Amino acid sequence: MTDPKDLLYGWIRERAGDERPWLDAQLAQLAAPDATERDLHMYLGFAPRRLGKADLALTPDDLAQADAARSGWDPSGWSIDGAARILGLLTYSGTRPFAETFKDLRRTSDAAEMIALYRGLPLYPAPESLHFEVGEGLRSNLKPVFEAIAHNNPYPRDHFDEHRWNHMVLKALFIGAELGPITGLAARANPELARILVQYARERWAAGRPVMPELWPLVAPFAETPEIRAELDRARAEGRTFEDLVS
Amino acid sequence: MLIDPHAHMISRTTDDYQAMAAAGVVALIEPAFWVGQPRTFVGTYVDYLSTIVGWERFRAGQFGIRHYCTIGLNSKEANNEELAEGVMEWLPRFALKEGVVAIGEIGYDEQTELEDKYFRLQLSLAKELDLPVMVHTPHRDKKQGTTRSMDVCEEMGLDPSMVIIDHNNEETVGEVLQRGYWAGFSIYPSTKMGNARMVELLKQYGSERIIVDSACDWGISDCLGVAKTAQLALQSGVPESTVRAVCYGNALAAYGQSGQMKESDWLEPPAIDQRTLYEGNSILRGGREPVIEEPGAQRRAGLTIE
Ligand SMILES: [Zn+2]
Repeated sequence: MTDPKDLLYGWIRERAGDERPWLDAQLAQLAAPDATERDLHMYLGFAPRRLGKADLALTPDDLAQADAARSGWDPSGWSIDGAARILGLLTYSGTRPFAETFKDLRRTSDAAEMIALYRGLPLYPAPESLHFEVGEGLRSNLKPVFEAIAHNNPYPRDHFDEHRWNHMVLKALFIGAELGPITGLAARANPELARILVQYARERWAAGRPVMPELWPLVAPFAETPEIRAELDRARAEGRTFEDLVS
Repeated sequence: MLIDPHAHMISRTTDDYQAMAAAGVVALIEPAFWVGQPRTFVGTYVDYLSTIVGWERFRAGQFGIRHYCTIGLNSKEANNEELAEGVMEWLPRFALKEGVVAIGEIGYDEQTELEDKYFRLQLSLAKELDLPVMVHTPHRDKKQGTTRSMDVCEEMGLDPSMVIIDHNNEETVGEVLQRGYWAGFSIYPSTKMGNARMVELLKQYGSERIIVDSACDWGISDCLGVAKTAQLALQSGVPESTVRAVCYGNALAAYGQSGQMKESDWLEPPAIDQRTLYEGNSILRGGREPVIEEPGAQRRAGLTIE
């Protein structure tokens, strides 16, 4: 199986043009035993300036390789600088635990950097140690940061407990993030989430606002749960139309 | 199109962003500065810098304004040596963030030795990173402070074309221009420079290397300082090309030297990660639908009761 690091390096190298020697020198320095955090900060700061911010524009074959290297890893839509930042972080041989370095970088990152940091979640060592950091990202006011965690990223599917998972889905609805790109959405449907979503639909109706049809497929499998059945019947009695979506 | 190259938006409301966008401001620069009360821990300074490179940039984008910033330790807080030492360690990290167009605003307040020390250290950082510098000139003993700022820049080997000397007035502008620096003017009611005085200066000096900004912050200040000055200048017969230079083109030329600010940033916003940065509605509390205004549309007068 290919190491995700090798895939990233190949994609970036192909697109680095004249900056290839710079890239190789930087990566060698980051991998060296005497690499410092300052080296890492400088590399992360210069990456977009040297390599640009274009889309990686990966082929279906590249994406298949990514999924084979790490199940669920979907780097479609990644930019060159973002990928290079993740590669640098994976290459850096620091002495501190990974989660500490990550925390330190996350706290001082600009938006594009934070998006890259969170998109790399499926690839980092000791994923369980990043729970606090991921929670902070989900609480961010920056919608694209939330989406970097929630969309096309297997980390929530693989590591979130039910409470965090459900609140991520609910927050996606609140901030207008699509549900479709959430990895493992159908597989992690659960009765508690269905209950929360029906309540959410009721709040929207009460405010005279439309309910996104995307939420009904998550409710449907649990429509016969007594509590949910009662809510749905009540809504039907009020003349709400969701029958097509929840049979 | 207007640029406000000196605006402390962290202390302003969303109404101000809407008013600025409606008045034609397409981009602004938020210089790192004092927040009205001295910071006592390095951590609060770090979070402040994170805010102006992160959240504030996003927030501005929600109103159709591209946000840039400058990074620095300000002169007042340079006098707290413990804080200053801590901040200096963090600056190299922040100076390379996306959209950072200069080291600033730095310079003198009381012209103390500590202020001098950290001014010089930051000038050498700017040189190392090849970034422009935004210099805050002192309110008190301004003329001497301005001359001294330029002397130190030259001692440190900076090219005047990479330095913007801000908060000028009638007394300082001659020397600043003559020595080859960019001359910024903060249209800040009553204390710094008024619109009418600025228009007289434009008539006298023309447009070369002159930059108008609002310096709006937590004080009594006007986020429409640039727009109002542009309007008054045009009404007073200042040529349109001059107004365009001092309220748009010169700021772009000066800070564009960082490589972090280009006209295409607002004429054709980039498509990759940025796309979502400019579209979301996370700032609209209570589930309001985002309001999309045509550029230049006037805000409706009166109150709307929902
Ligand atoms: Zn200022």
